[in-house]
Amino acid sequence: MSTTTLPARAKRTGPGGSRVQATGSKKGLAKALVPFGYLSPTVVLLTVLMVIPIVMVVGYSLMDNVIMKKNPQFVGFKHYSDILTSDSFWTAATNTLFFTGVSVVAHLVLGLAFAMMLNSELLGHRVKAIFRTIYVLPWLFTVAIIAVLWRLLLEPNGVINYLLTASQLAGSQIEWLGSPDTALFAVTFINIWSGYPFYMTSLLAGLQGIPGEYYEAAQVDGASAWQRFTRITLPQLKPIIISMALLDFIWTTQQFALIWMTTGGGPLGTTEMLSTFTYKLAFTKYQFGTASAAAVIVLVISMVLAFFYVRAQKARD
Amino acid sequence: MTKAQTRMLARTGLVIALLIGAVFAGAPVLWMLSSSFKPNTDIFQFPPHLIPTTFTFDAYTAIFTDPTKVRFFLNSYFVSLSVTALTLLVGILAAFALSRYEFPFKKILNMIIVSVQAVPPITLLIPYFGLIVFLGLYNSYAGLILTYLVFTLPYAIIMLTGYFNTLPRELDEAVKVDGGSSWTALWRVLVPISIPGLVSVGIYTFMIAWNEYLFALTLTKTPEMRTVPIGIQLLMGQHSYEWNQMMSMSILGSIPIMLLFLFFQRYFIGGMTAGAVKN
Repeated sequence: MSTTTLPARAKRTGPGGSRVQATGSKKGLAKALVPFGYLSPTVVLLTVLMVIPIVMVVGYSLMDNVIMKKNPQFVGFKHYSDILTSDSFWTAATNTLFFTGVSVVAHLVLGLAFAMMLNSELLGHRVKAIFRTIYVLPWLFTVAIIAVLWRLLLEPNGVINYLLTASQLAGSQIEWLGSPDTALFAVTFINIWSGYPFYMTSLLAGLQGIPGEYYEAAQVDGASAWQRFTRITLPQLKPIIISMALLDFIWTTQQFALIWMTTGGGPLGTTEMLSTFTYKLAFTKYQFGTASAAAVIVLVISMVLAFFYVRAQKARD
Repeated sequence: MTKAQTRMLARTGLVIALLIGAVFAGAPVLWMLSSSFKPNTDIFQFPPHLIPTTFTFDAYTAIFTDPTKVRFFLNSYFVSLSVTALTLLVGILAAFALSRYEFPFKKILNMIIVSVQAVPPITLLIPYFGLIVFLGLYNSYAGLILTYLVFTLPYAIIMLTGYFNTLPRELDEAVKVDGGSSWTALWRVLVPISIPGLVSVGIYTFMIAWNEYLFALTLTKTPEMRTVPIGIQLLMGQHSYEWNQMMSMSILGSIPIMLLFLFFQRYFIGGMTAGAVKN
């Protein structure tokens, strides 16, 4: 392969058709195979790591006694109907929707607010650089670390409860992660803390890309600060915001480690997400068939979201 | 009020808002640092002290003198660096084909690569478990490295294809005129001038691998195969929580990412936000 020359006509000539036509001779055929040579490791990896596993998980979801036992039986859509009629699945789905929806909105609001503060011309470069570094901090920690850190902070006799009781904002120590009333809010808060820098950094780049003349012209026309925000800033950032929000939505619905390491889905299933629900079915209850059906449902949800993401990206190009 | 006074007032308000935000973002991290220098008995002392009353390196010593815990770090470095190297190698080859050639099924392949990014890890985990056991890779480095590629490769291919697309085709044409092959054009010409793009992708890949939790939890079993994220969790023992050690391990576990951020801030942010911000 390393001795093959570049195709004579590497320019874009439509989706491949003309390339194949031009390859009548044996040498031409070899040339046509060059790109596949370069792509072969990728194709092999994607087949082994993506195509086969998805076929497998769909297969498992239609069978009983898979993985752990040696006598799989075809059971049709039984697992799907089991899951879709179980309360715990719908609780997990509702929790996931709350967790994801609140996180995405809060990420966006905080990210935008911080980005605009950091982009203000009222402050010097050095001051802004210092604040930017602090604001980006939560981004630099892996989820496992964020989980143990917030467990420490939110312990009943931890520092947050101390501050709240000392300032009389709370009457007694609160079991943030241990009480069914607060656990979902607590994990959502943690996720908000860990996720906003991604928005902030992207939006800051977006803000810096808006031409200053737009604002000058608006000022000449006597537009208020709020008008400048809604008429210039938001419309200019809209493409970034849409694709980021969709991306975040996809990722947050898949969040596992944060939940697993803070509450494990408890107490009483109040923080159970689709990911932890599926994981438990497979690796604590060993119901791989049912778990696979849940995994396929999660896959379908993600693919629907991804479809919108790709469409939003295409609209921008 | 004069214009200067309004400006002064606005600036003061802004600085106050920024300081509040900084406490929100930074105070938890500061607490992590402070707790890592406390003896475990002082973790929940009342009232709490941000500056440790007894300052000690015990938590760090406990990690460095325990071979199992040192092993977590070695495992994480080995797995992450291997994933980064493999991702870059395979990614460069694929990106070259996608950037420089037209061929049948190109559109479909592109679409598959993009959509692979949205496949939930939890969906893949169950078949991976079966597959990895079948291949005899359970509880091995190879099992982790192989499965991590599924997260890192699509991003690398997309980013590098975009990067190669910005490089003029005349460059590889010139190599061809000199009698060189496409292989030479790729490695002698394109790759050397793509270093900034490769650094961005490399940093992103390293971070993904360094942070991965779900697969490491499920596809490894023995303590000597665990990575840092799982190792931190293992410190939440059944009898006692070694909070100070968890915090020191968290600090140590964040150092590589911090260093990458400090030295390659531009590439770092470029790589991380490229998906959302397009030029």
